[in-house]
Amino acid sequence: MINANGLNNEGYRVVVGMATCGISAGAKPVLETLQKETEAKGLKNVEIKPTGCIGMCTYEPIVEIFEPGKKKVTYIHVDADKAARIVSEHLAKGQALPEYTVDTTATDEMKNINDLQFYAKQKRVVLRNCGLINPEDIEEYIAVGGYEGLKKALSMTPAEVIDVIKASGLRGRGGGGFPTGQKWSFAAVNEADQKYIICNADEGDPGAFMDRSLLEGDPHAILEAMAIGGYAIGATKGFIYVRAEYPIAVKRLKIAIDQAKAKNYMGAKIFNSNFDFDIEIRLGAGAFVCGEETALIASIEGERGMSRNKPPFPANKGLWGKPTIINNVETLANIPQIMVNGADWFKSFGTEKSPGTKVFALAGKINNGGLVEVPMGITLREVIYDVGGGCPNDRAFKAVQTGGPSGGCITTASLETPIDFDNLVALGSMMGSGGMVVMDEDNCMPDIARFFLDFTVDESCGKCTPCREGTKRMLELLDKITTGKATQQDLNTLGDLAENIKLTSLCGLGQTAPNPVLSTMKHFRDEYDAHVNEQKCPAGVCTALLNYFITEKCIGCTKCAKSCPTNAITGTVKERHVIDQDKCIKCGACMTDCKFDAIIRK
Amino acid sequence: MQNDCACNCGCNKTDDPRFAELKTFIDSVKEVKGNTMAVLQEAQHIFGYLPLEVQRYISEETGVSMAELYGIATFYSQFAITPRGKHHVGICLGTACYVKGAQKVLDKVLQELDVNVGGTTPDSLFTVDATRCLGCCGLAPVMMIDDDVYANLDDTDVIPGILEKYRG
Amino acid sequence: MDNVEKVNVTINGIAVSVPKDYTVLLAARAAGIDIPTLCYLKDINEIAACRICVVEADIKGVPMRNLPASCVLQVQDGMNVRTNTPRVRKAVRQNLELILANHNRECLTCRRNGTCELQKLCDEMGITDIPYEGAKREGAIDDLSWSIVRDPSKCILCGRCVSVCQNVQGLGVLAFTKRGFNTEVAPAFDFSMRDVDCVYCGQCINACPVAALRERSYIDDVWAAIDDPEKFVVVQTAPAVRASLGEEFGLPVGTPVTGKMVAALKRIGFDRVFDTNFSADLTIMEEGTEFLNRVKTGGVLPMITSCSPGWIRFCEMHYPEFLDNLSTCKSPQQMFGAIVKSYYAEKFNIDPKKIVCVSIMPCTSKKTEANRPEMEVDGIRDVDISLTTRELGDMIKQARINFNALPDEDTDSILGDYTGAAVIFGATGGVMEAALRTVADILTGENLQDIEYKAVRGIEGVKEATLTLPIDGKPTDVNIAVCSSTANAAKVLDSVKAGEKNYHFIEVMACPGGCVHGGGQSHVSAKDRLDVDPKVNRANALYSEDERLTLRKSHDNPEVQQLYKDYLEAPNSHKAHKLLHTHYCKREVYCPPEGEATV
Ligand SMILES: Cc1cc2nc3c(=O)[nH]c(=O)nc-3n(C[C@H](O)[C@H](O)[C@H](O)COP(=O)(O)O)c2cc1C
Ligand code: SF4
Ligand code: SF4
Ligand code: SF4
Ligand code: SF4
Ligand code: SF4
Ligand code: SF4
Ligand code: SF4
Ligand code: SF4
Ligand code: FES
Ligand code: FES
Ligand code: FES
Repeated sequence: MINANGLNNEGYRVVVGMATCGISAGAKPVLETLQKETEAKGLKNVEIKPTGCIGMCTYEPIVEIFEPGKKKVTYIHVDADKAARIVSEHLAKGQALPEYTVDTTATDEMKNINDLQFYAKQKRVVLRNCGLINPEDIEEYIAVGGYEGLKKALSMTPAEVIDVIKASGLRGRGGGGFPTGQKWSFAAVNEADQKYIICNADEGDPGAFMDRSLLEGDPHAILEAMAIGGYAIGATKGFIYVRAEYPIAVKRLKIAIDQAKAKNYMGAKIFNSNFDFDIEIRLGAGAFVCGEETALIASIEGERGMSRNKPPFPANKGLWGKPTIINNVETLANIPQIMVNGADWFKSFGTEKSPGTKVFALAGKINNGGLVEVPMGITLREVIYDVGGGCPNDRAFKAVQTGGPSGGCITTASLETPIDFDNLVALGSMMGSGGMVVMDEDNCMPDIARFFLDFTVDESCGKCTPCREGTKRMLELLDKITTGKATQQDLNTLGDLAENIKLTSLCGLGQTAPNPVLSTMKHFRDEYDAHVNEQKCPAGVCTALLNYFITEKCIGCTKCAKSCPTNAITGTVKERHVIDQDKCIKCGACMTDCKFDAIIRK
Repeated sequence: MQNDCACNCGCNKTDDPRFAELKTFIDSVKEVKGNTMAVLQEAQHIFGYLPLEVQRYISEETGVSMAELYGIATFYSQFAITPRGKHHVGICLGTACYVKGAQKVLDKVLQELDVNVGGTTPDSLFTVDATRCLGCCGLAPVMMIDDDVYANLDDTDVIPGILEKYRG
Repeated sequence: MDNVEKVNVTINGIAVSVPKDYTVLLAARAAGIDIPTLCYLKDINEIAACRICVVEADIKGVPMRNLPASCVLQVQDGMNVRTNTPRVRKAVRQNLELILANHNRECLTCRRNGTCELQKLCDEMGITDIPYEGAKREGAIDDLSWSIVRDPSKCILCGRCVSVCQNVQGLGVLAFTKRGFNTEVAPAFDFSMRDVDCVYCGQCINACPVAALRERSYIDDVWAAIDDPEKFVVVQTAPAVRASLGEEFGLPVGTPVTGKMVAALKRIGFDRVFDTNFSADLTIMEEGTEFLNRVKTGGVLPMITSCSPGWIRFCEMHYPEFLDNLSTCKSPQQMFGAIVKSYYAEKFNIDPKKIVCVSIMPCTSKKTEANRPEMEVDGIRDVDISLTTRELGDMIKQARINFNALPDEDTDSILGDYTGAAVIFGATGGVMEAALRTVADILTGENLQDIEYKAVRGIEGVKEATLTLPIDGKPTDVNIAVCSSTANAAKVLDSVKAGEKNYHFIEVMACPGGCVHGGGQSHVSAKDRLDVDPKVNRANALYSEDERLTLRKSHDNPEVQQLYKDYLEAPNSHKAHKLLHTHYCKREVYCPPEGEATV
């Protein structure tokens, strides 16, 4: 059994990463094999548990083995066969298998995942239980100190609880960075027969998955936090609004709620106090805008997720017209620990104005992608190079996009910026929910802007004019740009339109939708100009602007001429072929077929 | 005299047991505020999509107007108004996958199956969607067919082979 | 009123003190400043969607983020608003341009040319060209119903119709569907308005700022009939029309124009100009008698009025269990047609097949009613063509008549005379009041002088009263209810169904406020509605005409008395039943196209 330090007191504790990505990579048969083989061998003193996200998705399926007094062992890329050997060698005979671990070059000491550069600068506060405990077992959560925060909160007055959160300086991790304690106090002062607290688990930002990992890896922490928040603001009812695309998270939340109810950690008179609290799960149905507070409320009310004008703010008039607080999953995950360890402890991480840590989903052109949790104030360079290991294949780093479709691109020039809410905004981007997508020289910035805008056009709720009509026109202009049909006048129109949409849209989606365009136009104007003035895509991405050429590597095998659907290639056997650019439809067939890499695109 | 002009199209009557199943669910959430989404989700689960008859039935049972139901059903991308294929092919167009070339994966699948995004093949075998992040960004670009994940699809040549497995 | 809490705000430098629940839009009006709006419709649609009414604002020196929408922004003490800065002007212009870029901008051939709120705004804001080209919303015009045309190419997605239909009428026939750029306002599955649960009340048309919703026009059919020497074209005008027609010619909302209207109709070339008020009196005779019979013989009660076809459709679709409660009387429009083509035709020896009966109605639902299969006698349609008040306005303009300069003229006899009871039919409560005037006289056997039933007047959605009337010599309590709008009708019927209420007689009008606010009346812009409530002004016009008339009870109408004497014998006689009564049926909607079971 796990103890308060996250370790076990005797025998082996084997955990298998079973978050979405682990399961996708094949963790289920691994877990089954481990269990079956252990039983078959009659091994005692071995506990095998599924756990949440361990962090390095590229190494999945991951199995970790804890033994009292010993360093843990991390096995990566495990499959059923390897699992069987792990049982027969490691668990049965105590013989670790270095060839399955992270770094086989180590001679004297076997490295585990925490020894990697990837972990060196991380600080796991929010994610501390992910990859450690079995998320489907409340006893394991309790063993590592779970529900102590709620117990403590209930011994205080609601106002005192809010004061602790205010003092901690915790800011909302859902994007805006609004001070959580302050937000709670707005709802707390409103008299009402019913108030609500909602956990925003819609996580729509394409490229972010920290909320999912938290729900899958540590669901009780969210329930505990909601109860604390409910107590603080006077809400007896909570809702968790989860993306329907997160079935594992939903399943584990349901299990967690049942377990918490069974122990009277939820329901009537929690911990024998006078506080009643219940939580209901509501599923989204595929609409990014439902992450926006008022759209989320409309969706819970059973309507189309169309945003509503603010003010009135939800803290005054929210779900069914009642005072409502909406908090992001990661924001909430901080709460129990702040209650237990105090505001000062929390402020010991991060910066003065943005205390604590932040989880990022590091993805894109990066060597070590995955979920990373770092203290605020760390520089972008540290995250991208020290944690992420830089871009693969020796390609040059070009930009990092934070804040997803609402954010912007940050370039090499700003890599030394310490990451916090305000600095990112100052750079024309934003924290957003923590997606961090790295791009290298092979990515075309107008194309990336177009990608994000395509997303917002698709996801606009369609209620207000600037967003519904304006983003579509912006997308059309970007289409013109990336196909070489735009003029400088179009660039001006694009900029004007972007400003207007920011200024007049009804909700946050429209107000931020132009950001990717504005920031790439600001930092990579030369790329836009190249598309417009010279009809060239410097990164070689925009197909309409590329041409196929046959180089001197051609040995005249004629294969390409045969595969060309438009007969654009001519040439004599054994002589260099040529492509008639007027006939070429840029299908790329010739390039794929040429065995001699003689065809290039530029 | 009363009923001599009533509609006799019979579209209202059905002995399909799935309606009874839906009715049981609707009754179980009668007291739940804002239950419309849940009812539609269950109906989609039971029928696979939300055709006219199903929405008519829900409208009658819940009192929510047809246009409102349809408005909800067409707002959320999870709901389908037309039948879906036997296999669901989702190509991740999340940011991580996109910057790693997911568009090429999508293009290849569309070309192989000769459908548009959101479309279903004429043999009703496949429905293809461009999805948001599937949560396996570390393995980008990623494609999901039903519950199976295909990762690291940098080389799109493997796609025809993958699709073939589902044609049996 | 001094007891409302006030706050001080400054708008474009002008200080005003306004009630604290005011929006910036209303406060600006108080300061004499006009803020443009499009989606806003007072008390009905306050969703802040169009972003045309944006302003710059700060509160005690702290600037508000972005440009807030003034139509929903509540004032706060110390608020400083600017409506005419370069930023605001540019934003308004750009949002208008964005709307226009996705709009079928063919004003010259558009139904709303001249009454269009979008067109007016574009003119005022000086929009001269649209810097965008690209995709436009697609969608075919739906003109399959008899009453309403829906043209998606003109829709600007303001949501005004959605709110009216959903929140005022409680129906939800139109809703936002799809999302983002593909958003539409439409019935489910893109069904035609012909095949859905629309009652054709036309409230959505009144709400629509543009031509996306409009009545189906039959003006050309009327001209063709008039121009055909073989046809004998008669016209009837409903009570509420005279209270609104003047608005088509710039007169203030609710100016009564009865005499000019008659003069115009004569000049247009109708062979006879009659008045639906005549058959409204007739309706009271039939309906009042029916009511008394039901009370005396233990018939189905409560009896519910049947003169509003919107209400009838609603009942047939949503409350078929109440069909037996409906009075079997045809509506005045239909009674009139039936009488013209029988009694009048016989009396003046005209072949009823040659008579074209045109009606001018405040109503779009009447077009469908006129086309109901059962609305004919011996193969002869009661009413051939039903036009709205707006269409009559158009005809008068097409005939190049200077309406405001016309003299007052009188209707033709013998179907043109009417009493004050008939006039008030146009306002909610009017039918009830008219019926009570007659029923009370019959029951008491006296000529009662106290005939103004104020309890059933006014624009409240549901009104109730209990009267004590001598029935079979015994003073008996008669419980009545009057409701307008289908939402209120549903409320009343539900209370009856639940056994909470025990009414004897219920008047229902499908339109809020009754026919004066029908879907065929002259358009009143959202801006004008900030100052006037057409329901009130037009109802006042009718009540004042009632007051002026010497004959104010339907049974006193001499031409109606003549009709019974010469032709119908008595109310509810066999002949009266054949001509003036009808039946109803349960209606299914959203039926799948034949042979297309989709599950
Ligand atoms: C278009 C849009 C999408 C959003 N999506 C999310 C989301 O997926 N998850 C989330 O927690 N917040 C999201 N937000 C922010 C929320 O509206 C809200 O600010 C947040 O949940 C508040 O929680 P916090 O104070 O704990 O950050 C979104 C905002 C906008 C405008
Ligand atoms: S900004 Fe976009 S998402 Fe928000 S209300 Fe307007 S249309 Fe909807
Ligand atoms: S396939 Fe390659 S090598 Fe062969 S002819 Fe073409 S370009 Fe030359
Ligand atoms: S890209 Fe396609 S069209 Fe162009 S030369 Fe190659 S094969 Fe032919
Ligand atoms: S709706 Fe208005 S703006 Fe549009 S075409 Fe008609 S008159 Fe012109
Ligand atoms: S307003 Fe302009 S477009 Fe219209 S008729 Fe006059 S000149 Fe022609
Ligand atoms: S006519 Fe009346 S019922 Fe029909 S859509 Fe318009 S408002 Fe709704
Ligand atoms: S039909 Fe008219 S009222 Fe309805 S949304 Fe469209 S423009 Fe607005
Ligand atoms: S209330 Fe009058 S205008 Fe409205 S539908 Fe009924 S008859 Fe027509
Ligand atoms: S989900 Fe696999 S390591 Fe995070
Ligand atoms: S972006 Fe494709 S799996 Fe996350
Ligand atoms: S947003 Fe105020 S009028 Fe439309």
